[in-house]
This record gives sequence, structure tokens and C-alpha cells, in this order.
Amino acid sequence: MSILKHHAKIETNVILLMVGILLTVIIGGIVEIVPLFTITETIEKVEGMRPYSPLEQEGRNIYVREGCYLCHSQMIRPFRDEAERYGHYSLAAESMYDHPFQWGSKRNGPDLARVGGKYSNDWHVRHLDNPRDVVPESIMPGYRHLHRPLNYDDVVANMKTLRVVGVPYTEDDIANAKADLVAQATTDASTDALLQRYPKASVGKKDRTSDQITEMDALVAYLQMLGTLVDFSTQTPDAIR
Amino acid sequence: MTQATTALGAKEATPYVDDVIQKFVIAATFWGIVGFLVGDYIAWQMAFPVLNLDLEWFSFGRLRPVHTSAVIFAFGGNVLFATSFFVVQRTSRASLFGGAAFGNFIFWGYQLFIVLAASGYVLGITQGKEYAEPEWYTDLWLTVVWVSYLVAFVGTLYKRKEPHIYVANWFFLAMIITIAMLHLGNNLAVPTAIFGGTWWRSYEVYAGVQDALTQWWYGHNAVGFFLTAGFLGIMYYFVPKRAERPVYSYRLSIVHFWALIFLYIWAGPHHLHYTALPDWAQTLGMTFSVMLWMPSWGGMINGLMTLSGAWDKLRTDPVIRFLVTSVAFYGMATFEGPMMSIKAVNSLSHYTDWGIGHVHSGALGWVAFVSFGALYYLVPVLWKRKQLYSMRLVSYHFWVATIGIVLYITSMWISGIMQGLMWRAYDSMGFLQYSFVESVAAMHPYYIIRATGGVLFLTGGLIMAYNFYRTIRGDVRTEAPYEAPATVIARS
Amino acid sequence: MDPFINGLRAFWGVWVMVFFCGIVLWAYWPKNKATIESYGRIPLKDDENEER
Repeated sequence: MSILKHHAKIETNVILLMVGILLTVIIGGIVEIVPLFTITETIEKVEGMRPYSPLEQEGRNIYVREGCYLCHSQMIRPFRDEAERYGHYSLAAESMYDHPFQWGSKRNGPDLARVGGKYSNDWHVRHLDNPRDVVPESIMPGYRHLHRPLNYDDVVANMKTLRVVGVPYTEDDIANAKADLVAQATTDASTDALLQRYPKASVGKKDRTSDQITEMDALVAYLQMLGTLVDFSTQTPDAIR
Repeated sequence: MTQATTALGAKEATPYVDDVIQKFVIAATFWGIVGFLVGDYIAWQMAFPVLNLDLEWFSFGRLRPVHTSAVIFAFGGNVLFATSFFVVQRTSRASLFGGAAFGNFIFWGYQLFIVLAASGYVLGITQGKEYAEPEWYTDLWLTVVWVSYLVAFVGTLYKRKEPHIYVANWFFLAMIITIAMLHLGNNLAVPTAIFGGTWWRSYEVYAGVQDALTQWWYGHNAVGFFLTAGFLGIMYYFVPKRAERPVYSYRLSIVHFWALIFLYIWAGPHHLHYTALPDWAQTLGMTFSVMLWMPSWGGMINGLMTLSGAWDKLRTDPVIRFLVTSVAFYGMATFEGPMMSIKAVNSLSHYTDWGIGHVHSGALGWVAFVSFGALYYLVPVLWKRKQLYSMRLVSYHFWVATIGIVLYITSMWISGIMQGLMWRAYDSMGFLQYSFVESVAAMHPYYIIRATGGVLFLTGGLIMAYNFYRTIRGDVRTEAPYEAPATVIARS
Repeated sequence: MDPFINGLRAFWGVWVMVFFCGIVLWAYWPKNKATIESYGRIPLKDDENEER
């Protein structure tokens, strides 16, 4: 009965109790979470994924700042109705550069995983100004304050930090960050180099109420690329499970 | 106040450190009302979006973390500090390790954490992870405070005069240790300041699917350990104490403890059913979630049956009514939870208001009610008053809050299931029957009912605060006492 | 890596199960009943002179 006597010891010894608790709660984490980092099939290998362009990443920061994830998911489940409403179900690979992930947990508004390209830039700007101008029944807040100029002083620091946590920005990407950001938010700018680095980026001025680059420009550029990177017509079923 | 109560049976008086507990009680009451108020405000926003005022600081996306942090960490956290410090001193027959000064550091340190976090959200400073929104500097500060809490708690246990560590303290200890682990694991982030960026932004080290699982490992166990284990610690002390009888089965409490803390930690992936998380992890999460039903109900039975032979107290003591009802809500929520973690059910309930309703049956019915019960017990004891200002007001609080909860969870059941069904409905031609916004419009009446329930719950909180204020002042309301009906009949 | 992790999973599962059965056995061992249930009185004996 040694094991039985053992428990009496645990419950009268603070340190043993703490160790017992710690071991008990650590096991679950180790067995469940660690394999996710080590098993290679966790993230599919698909073509088209790339890090966010500087303007998109700044837009993503605004998306996080405003708490959009609290009402909009970015994770389409593999059901017929979701596929018809939102598009192909989401792949793990599609959020591989998302620090933090923004899958969300609640749909007070629709899923945004593939909202890119579904609406015009003008629609997005009007919608963010006052959602009820374009969708009368909407309960979304208005975001007129996004017309203020985008402060992108930090874009290089942000990209360097993201590189530390695993986003493969090259020296080239970082050296051209500010130029790329400006080019993406300017109508008729030369965007060849930008699109070389960030294929399918949505280029051109979005917010026509201001001559400066606004937060609206960044957010809409981010929304317009969501879910557009992977071309599902060319992916084999095997590659995406 | 520190020179306090004599511990009976001990040779000499144990000077309990109680003034810091008084502060935690006041803070819990204050933050509770703030949290309920903000929660109800954003509930009205969902019925009437004009309440967002088109001002960034009042938009739903920024206020929602203020609500969740205020109720979970500010209200719940202060209740946990108050009760755990009270319980660990009494059941150890030892005074708080580090004394009043250390206790005060923990108190003010924790309030600073709350203010740093909440002010950040309103200004748009957030990590963007649910229930873990505070940025890196706030996270670091919380770590300092939390380690101090661990030291104070364990230190008190270490110098205890009672040989056995009472089971309530196990639950508190598991809560403190596990929350520390989760907090550190989920908030690993690199500040942009190291590359000359702004000081208030950082990027999470994990991305995508790994970040998602880490987040819900954290998120689910914040529920499991902060809102469940910690408050079970409250149940295991305050229910027996108020009912004046030992817990129904101490042996069951031991099994309850180990089974609960072992099973809970695995259940996180049920928040990620049918997502890009690998299937094996989803299935593992579902399996453990379903198994979790057993220890949860073991704990519920233990709490409820403690009242066996004393059920009349439910009629005569509204404080007991709060405590027992909370355990019943705990049983209901821990039945609903495993059910919702079954993938087939989850395919309907996920992303809908059903989840919100489930959380609130646990948060309002279990966490808040057991907290109210404990606070009503604590206030007269800590301030050395013979009794509460008014037991009738406790009863009004109970009924107003209960009706509020019923309105809240029934409206969310209906709206949640309706949303889920509308999203997947097809018409006879084989097309999706409803556009998304039609489902939004259909929710309007339920959002009004829910927000009305919230008003009632908030009103209950205000009644409690008033009762505390008068009790602390030393007032006693002239009112008919609660008596057993038999006595009343005999008299008339 | 895979076999190693699978092995780890199986190993922990069995180990934890045995440990847990030990706790249940100890808690419900008839001889231990009186001692363990007496712990339930701890909250009641600490400070009975406190008012409420």
C-alpha cells in the first residue's frame, strides 16, 4: 500500500502538492500542443502563401486594434453552406504568417477569411464609414476615425520583429518597406517591384477622401487580400487533405 | 483590524491579516458593477448600433475586452484574492505570509494591472487574443503580482498549524499555479520596441494554427482554473461554513480535485472544431471535454448534498440560496459544455450566440452567484458587524439577478440555435435561404431581451453594494426576520 | 519524431491512470474513511466566535 500512504504525504506537504498539480496540468499541454509544432503535416504545403505586404500588415494591426476578431471569424469550416456562403474551407497554411491568429470565435458579422475581392474598394470605405449606408440591417459600429493619416514610422520595426518570430521577410523586403507601402497606397504608382515581392497585393488608393495615406487605405488593402493568395483551381485535393 | 480573531482550539490567538481582504472585497464589488455595466452597454449596442457613437473609444470591438477583463479578472480576480486569503488563513490557523504590507502590495499591484489593461483596450492597445488582450508590459507586471500571490499563499500554507491542508486550498493553489503557466505560455511575444518601434506593440511568437491551439489551451483553462477551480475553492469553504456542516464527502472532494485538474487541461481544442486544427487534436479535445462532465458533477453533488438535512436554510437564509443556486448553475453549465463540445452539436452552436449564453450561465449563474454568496458572508465578518444591514435586500438581489440570468440565457439559446439553423438553411431550389444580414436582423428582439436581463443583473449588483455600504456603516434595517414557517404557524 | 510522441502519449496515459486509481483507492479505502472525513470539519473549527 505504498501508493496509498503516498497521498497522505502529498496532502500534508505543500511542495509535493504543488509538484503534483504542476505535473498533472503540464501533461495535457505537452501531449496536445507540442506535436502540433513537430508534426510536419500540421500545415499543408500550398502555393501562393506569402508574408503580408507592409501596407497589409499595417492594416492588419488596425484590424487587431479595433477588435474586429471579436465579431468576425476568419475560419471557414468544411460545410456545404459555409463553402457556398464564404468559399473554400480555410487551410492551416492560410494563416501561417498570422501573428497573432485571427480565426475568431463568434460571428456577429460574417466570416472574413475570403472577403478579399468580393466588394469594391469604395464599398469598403463607405461601409466602414457607416455600415448602415450600404447594409441597412447591419449592427456594426462606424469607423470614421480611420480617415486619419496612417502612422507608418514603425513599419520597418514591425517587419523586423515579425521576422524574429518566423515570418520570412528578406533584407530586400525590409529595405523597401516604406517605398512598397507608399507605392501600394498610391494610384498609378510603379508597382512592379511591389508585386514581385507580394504577388496579388491590392494596389491603388482606397480612401478617396484624403490625399494622404490613411488608416482606411491600410485596412482595406488588408481586407482585399484576405483569402486570395491560394488558387484553389490549381491545388490537388491531396495537397490540401 | 489585523489584531483580530482568536482561533478557537489554538493556544494563542492567530492575528489574521484582514484589512487587505476588506480592500479586495470593496474592489470586487466596485469592479463587478463596472464589468456588469460595460457588459450591458455592449449588449445594448448589439440591439441599437447607434450606441457605438461612431467614436473609436466606445466601439464594441474596444469595449468588449473591457467587459470580459472587468468581470473575469477584476471582479472574479478580486473575489479570488479576498476569499483565498480569508480561507487560507482560517483553515491554516496562520496569518498571511508577508503580513499586511505584502498583502497591500498584491492588492495595489493587481488594481494597477486592471487599470493598465483596461485603459489600453480603450486606446486600442491589444494583443488581439481573446481574454489575453493585455500587451507585453501589462503581462509582465501581472507576472510579478501573480508570483507574489503564489508566495503569499504558499507561505501561509507553509506556516500553518493545522496538519492537513484543507481541500479548498488545493483548488486555490491549482488555480494560482496553472494560471501562471497558462499566462506565461500564451503570452510569449516579442515587443517591437527592440527594433525601435513603439513601446506598446508586440507580436506573438506563435502563428496561425499553433497560436490558435495555444490560445484555446489558455482560454479554456482560464475558464477551467480561474473561473472553475478557484471558485470551487470558494464553494468548498463557504458552503459548509454557511450551512454549518462539513462537506458532504471529503473523500469525493479529493477525487473531484485530481480528476478535474487532470481532465480540464486537455479540453481546449473543442473551441476549434472543424477548423484547420488537425483532426486528432479536435477529437482529443472532444473526448476529454465529455469525460469532464463526470468530475464536474461529482463536485456539484458534493456541494449540493452538503445541504442535506438542512434544506430549510434555503428558505430562511438568502445567502445560502445564492451559494446553492450557484452550484446548481454550475451543474447546468457543466452539462451543457460537454454537450456543446460534441462535434455534431458544435457544428451548429459554434460562432453563434449559444456560446455566449453558455458562458453566461456559467459566469452569471455560477461564478457571480458563488461570489455574491461569499461576499455576503465576508462583509459582516470582516467589518465585525453582527449581521448584514438587510437580509430582505439579499433576497431581492437574488430574485432580480435570477430573473436576469433566465432572460439572458433563454434569449441566447433561442437566438443562437436560430442563427445556426438560418446559416445552414436551404430553400426548395437548393440555394441558401438566408443572407447573413437576415440572420442579424432576426436577432434584434433577442438582443433586447438579453440586454434587459443584463439590466436586472446589474440592478442586483447595485442592491448588494448598497447593502454592503449600510452594513459597513453599522446600520441594521428594521425588517421581519426570516423564520421557519412552522414557527410562524405555531404563533398565529 | 512520430513514434516517439505516440509512445510518450501511451506511456503517460497508462501512468496517469494508475496514479489516479491509486488516489481513488486511497480515498475510498474503508480504513481511511474516518480520518479523511474528519478533515471536512476544518472550516468549522477555526473561528467559531466570529460573528456573521
